[in-house]
Amino acid sequence: MITRMNHVSVFVLNQDSAYDFYVNKLGFKVHTDASMGPGMRWLTVCPPEQPELEIALMQVEEGMMFKDGAAAQMRDLISKGTFGFGVFQCKDLNATYEELRAKGVVFKKPPTREFYAYEALFVDDSGNWFSLGEIES
Amino acid sequence: MEAPFPKYYLYKRIVQAKLFMDAHFGEAIDLDNIADEAYFSKFHFVRLFKSIYGKTPHQYLIHVRIDKAKECLQKGLPVTETVFRIGFDSVSSFTGLFRKYTGTTPSAWQQQYRERQALLQREPLRFIPNCFAEQKGWTENSNFQEV
Repeated sequence: MITRMNHVSVFVLNQDSAYDFYVNKLGFKVHTDASMGPGMRWLTVCPPEQPELEIALMQVEEGMMFKDGAAAQMRDLISKGTFGFGVFQCKDLNATYEELRAKGVVFKKPPTREFYAYEALFVDDSGNWFSLGEIES
Repeated sequence: MEAPFPKYYLYKRIVQAKLFMDAHFGEAIDLDNIADEAYFSKFHFVRLFKSIYGKTPHQYLIHVRIDKAKECLQKGLPVTETVFRIGFDSVSSFTGLFRKYTGTTPSAWQQQYRERQALLQREPLRFIPNCFAEQKGWTENSNFQEV
């Protein structure tokens, strides 16, 4: 029986820029940052209160994973905002929204009551969409 | 600009106080002054802050300082320098607080971090699930210490 997930990947256009966004703006913690050879880097971050979930920030570039022009197609899709990668949670959405906006995070939707949650929508520095929901107390 | 949600001005002031602490954690921060700056009575400020962040402003400031201390230790700064950087006067009081929050002393924590970093540099594939490493082709060239 599968019980939990502890690694997930988010494809980004640039790892340095993603580091700045996820660490300095969202406030995530760096879990592992390792050079894997020239131009290759294994970079994972965690939400501050969820150290067991490593989010691998995977830079899209030509190589084994993306061959024959697939990297360019993928980068194009990401930058067009094609992908929604998940839902983050916070204790107080209004405060988190205000703080992230003050740090330059771009929101596509302000805090809004939906059927399933009180949520806002933001994009990361590459163009990936995320929901930000308030934990029901 | 229209407020995006009710009582927006209250949130804005509390968030600004929090961001002030984030930026000035290494200085002597007077929480009474922060409450004044935010146009709140101290009681009202503490109550609102706690309702939003789950910690009192004082608890939050300690949390930030411990976090920043870890960053200094990760960069290899000595404990004495770290203490100074995060706004503490005394190594012993900082050490006690650090141990309370992390379960270990700053120097032991730093040593554990160094050992992990050394292992990460020597054998990075021990830290990377195979589904990622295989896709990247890293498992075919695992002699990373020579590149």
